[in-house]
Amino acid sequence: MSDFNAMELMICVASRELEDGATCGVGTGAPCAAAMLGQKVNSPNLVIMFEAGGIAPLLPEMPISVGDSRTTNKAILAGSMCEIMETASRGMLDYTFLGGAQIDMYGNFNSTRIGNDHQKPKVRFPGSGGANDFASFAWKTMVMTPQDSKRFVEKCTYITSPGWLDGGDSRAKSGLPLNTGPYKIITNMAVMDFEPESKRMRIISINPGYSVKTVEENCGFELLKKSNIIETKPPTDKELHILREEVDPYRYVIGR
Amino acid sequence: MDIKDEGVGKLFTDPDPDKARAVFREKNRKMENKLMPLKDAVAQFAKDGEYLVIGGFGANRTPIAACHELIRQKRKKMAFAGHTSTHDFQVLSAGKVFNKVDAAYVVGLEARGLSKVSRAYMESGEVEVTEWTNYALAARFKAAAMGVSFVPVRNMMGTDTFRYSGAKKVECPFTGMDYVLLPALYPDISIIHAHEADIYGNCRFKGVLTADLDTARATKRLIITTERIVKTEVFRNEPNQTSIPYYLVDAVCEVPFGAYPGNMEGEYFSDESHLKEWLIVEKDPATFKAFLDKNIFNCKNHFDYIEQNGGMEKMLELRRKELMIGGA
Repeated sequence: MSDFNAMELMICVASRELEDGATCGVGTGAPCAAAMLGQKVNSPNLVIMFEAGGIAPLLPEMPISVGDSRTTNKAILAGSMCEIMETASRGMLDYTFLGGAQIDMYGNFNSTRIGNDHQKPKVRFPGSGGANDFASFAWKTMVMTPQDSKRFVEKCTYITSPGWLDGGDSRAKSGLPLNTGPYKIITNMAVMDFEPESKRMRIISINPGYSVKTVEENCGFELLKKSNIIETKPPTDKELHILREEVDPYRYVIGR
Repeated sequence: MDIKDEGVGKLFTDPDPDKARAVFREKNRKMENKLMPLKDAVAQFAKDGEYLVIGGFGANRTPIAACHELIRQKRKKMAFAGHTSTHDFQVLSAGKVFNKVDAAYVVGLEARGLSKVSRAYMESGEVEVTEWTNYALAARFKAAAMGVSFVPVRNMMGTDTFRYSGAKKVECPFTGMDYVLLPALYPDISIIHAHEADIYGNCRFKGVLTADLDTARATKRLIITTERIVKTEVFRNEPNQTSIPYYLVDAVCEVPFGAYPGNMEGEYFSDESHLKEWLIVEKDPATFKAFLDKNIFNCKNHFDYIEQNGGMEKMLELRRKELMIGGA
């Protein structure tokens, strides 16, 4: 087994979730790398969608922006924001990836602000962009993020994008499209899903070199534990080779 | 219709379609030559205190030349649609052109990082902000383009994005489901950069359209900057390729490389080293002031700015990079 870093592991684990023929709304960086790797390893017919309007490009390299010209390189369609988000609203977007400054036990996300005064925040982040849209509409939302107790908080100071909201059936009752929501949280230490009834975050596998204890120590809330926690399958030589040679040869993402 | 919940955010425009219709009624429908210098178009059509939309997405097909002109002419107190607004937001924040923002994506430059100046301005308390999402703003333009006052959507529910928005939640009279209603957004002035336009304002594009086609139809006044002016026959020969018809347009300005230092599909790639320079010089106020003087205030137009940053040689290099020719 080769050596690999945390980013490579997260990208490989995420890419295995994207089955052939699925649609996936991605941003720049790690999500785009996971989708490109997925296409090259298991899912040649995975459809990549970018929120600015690019659909099913043959990506020559990693885009810098989700609206740059690489996102329409030999694409099927160069559309619009409404084209993408309405496709998602109709129920044809299977996966998306989110990121942010804070995530809570129900998979809600903050990418807007720290501090309580909305008109004069302590720290201003970009805001939703297309994240709230994708998180509302996609069937399954995934996350790749480094894990620490500052990021994994009991309660987000501000919810930009919806996870399972207050847990239980609160998301279904909110009016958001039924049967959508957070699916997997992939960190440098572990992989989590959400317990079906309470919708609380739950450890399902531990990454090589980490323990349940370390994962718990690096989380600001109590994680549930699946009865049979396994070890996360590490990247294969084939995955690593394709990721390093074809997906991200300049190490823009995996070098972080 | 009962309102079940509503956001606390302020609306910076009036969603009343009859007021907008009264403005559109007066709009010129004649095919007249609207070609003019960008400086004159901005002076004539963009006023202090108005609602501004900048087309494109992030630093892609964004009319950066027009953003420079807005700060050269010291526009102030505008309201602004922060619809994946990245380098344009950075430029307009540097000039404090706006003090009201409909925020969907602001202060960041996607994978490149966050703009210190934009962030400090948004954290200063000087800017009134109402939250939305990228799709929410696109849908608000769409509602205005339809000539109505709202559109129902299924995002934003259950979040603080809704809480700090100007949206309302109601029950559908047909199904009993909950919907978020977004108010139509009729901008006063919008500026869009097109690949090709004729002297009357007909426009054609390559690549993604983001929300520009609805913006062009929603806005009361529209300035087009374009890479090149073409003959009207270009449109008449392939009318299905026309994205913006001339009667929506008030001014046409020929500004080649008008999206520089951003990306223009099929024309030139973004100048990443210059965009990085912007992020670095922002860290020191004196350095940033000298940088703005050199690149904007002491430039008479976009050609001067390009000359300051590598001129035609740089443009050719970015063209080869865009076309992925010769390892550029």
